[in-house]
Amino acid sequence: MMSSLWIILTGALIASSCAFLGCFLILRRMAMLGDAISHSILPGIVIAFLVSGSRDPLPMFIGAAVFGLLCTIIIQLLRNQGVQADAAMSVSFTALFAIGIILISLFTQQVDLDLDCVLYGEIAYVPYDTWTWSGVDMGPRAMWGAGAAFLLSLIIVRLFYKQFKLTSFDPALAMAIGIPVAIFHYLLMGLVSITTVASFESVGAILVVAMLIVPAATAYLLTERLGVMLGLSVLIGAICSICGYLLSVMLDASIAGCMTMVAGGLFALAFLFSPQQGVVTRWWIRKKLRAQF
Amino acid sequence: MTTKTPPLSIENVSVAYHRKPVLRNITYQSPEGECVGIIGPNGAGKSTLIKAALGLLPLAGGEVSIYGKPYSQQRKLVGYVPQRESVDWDFPTNALDVVLMGLYGQLGWFRRPKSEHKDRALEALRKVGMESFAKRQISQLSGGQQQRVFLARALAQEAQIYFMDEPFVGVDAATEKAIVQVLHELKEQKKTVFVVHHDLQTVSEYFDSVMLLNLRLIASGPTNEIFTTENLQKTYGGRLAILPPQTNDLLSTQ
Repeated sequence: MMSSLWIILTGALIASSCAFLGCFLILRRMAMLGDAISHSILPGIVIAFLVSGSRDPLPMFIGAAVFGLLCTIIIQLLRNQGVQADAAMSVSFTALFAIGIILISLFTQQVDLDLDCVLYGEIAYVPYDTWTWSGVDMGPRAMWGAGAAFLLSLIIVRLFYKQFKLTSFDPALAMAIGIPVAIFHYLLMGLVSITTVASFESVGAILVVAMLIVPAATAYLLTERLGVMLGLSVLIGAICSICGYLLSVMLDASIAGCMTMVAGGLFALAFLFSPQQGVVTRWWIRKKLRAQF
Repeated sequence: MTTKTPPLSIENVSVAYHRKPVLRNITYQSPEGECVGIIGPNGAGKSTLIKAALGLLPLAGGEVSIYGKPYSQQRKLVGYVPQRESVDWDFPTNALDVVLMGLYGQLGWFRRPKSEHKDRALEALRKVGMESFAKRQISQLSGGQQQRVFLARALAQEAQIYFMDEPFVGVDAATEKAIVQVLHELKEQKKTVFVVHHDLQTVSEYFDSVMLLNLRLIASGPTNEIFTTENLQKTYGGRLAILPPQTNDLLSTQ
């Protein structure tokens, strides 16, 4: 029972923190960035492993975060030179991922660096990897990692809400009134890197990529205010975790898969029945209007 | 030209995209308190000139100063109306909120907009006849209404110099009237306004002076002296097929 609660709580924290930042990714049309980051950190993990000689989480986390940020910097440099946004993204992360694969095949063949376990964690094991602090069991390590990343994002976005909003909506005006647009871009990308890395090592890449996009896209359909969109996406993330876990118990299926499926289902509902933009809603309104004339 | 510091002074400015020059050796000193039309064919560098003046593009050479100082020290004196197509109007926000963005510069790094700022934003919306749309989601506004929201945002900045990038393109009659009204008010307040403009028919009506631009500055000065067939032909080359009727009238009276 306790372990169920840990899984739901960890899942909710990860889903909410990803969804929160995902709102800005969607508004900046960078939805696939999470996917890019989750691949591009492979060389960072391998290098951290080679340098530290261990599979301690901290060096791995730092290596991964550095390469996640490096990937976003390369993407931005390419875009500034006129390469299309999606092409720049694909070129950067595939190249970095390939470097990681080459490093593994060159240096780590004799060592046990299980890619599946490093890259694609499983949320079901989260309760067994706990954090002990001065002798007290504090609960799953992943939960603390995700919680810390979420808190960091909340604080930074709250402090610079104006700047994040304006640089997302109208970067030209932002620049004209003296907001350092590039710094806020990298600040956001840094937060996405940290959140991605803190999350997917324990819960799997698919869940992270899904949670970066789907709850935010759902919230986008339901509201016309940025603040409300941020709040809604966090709520949707939490709902995905709770309902997804219950569904996985019922079906006896993959937890991350079920959480992602719930997210997809909620998106479909919003797509069809959103009060302003829903496909069915608009059809219904048109039908009523026709009946009037 | 008076000896006072001009609102906008451009010294030998060149701008290049990649290696292709888009503006060459522009030197210009603006009059104060006038409405200046920036006229020229597509690709002449009109928007580029505005962006260069606002520090949005790196200069390949030369210097821009606003009341005698670099732009980075004079941001609060300058209001900017970008092209309407430059932003995503599906962004989840309403008209009032967009106008409030004009005040972010004055709010500094950490302050949030308060009710006094909302009042100022509403006042700016009222000036462009959009106060009843304050709470309207911006994607539900017509093109002309969106343009007026952008104009209101610049008004809220309460600047001394305004740069407007093609505010008259694709707008309805009500919006055109509102913009002209605003230009008049700004001029009465002795503010200097630069407007990138396409419609040659209305140039003499709207602008006190003009800048004729085609990669180089072809001519600049009071509209009635500079906006001539000869200068227009120099600016547009062979591409100008039909001259506006006002121009012909103007020439026949000279």
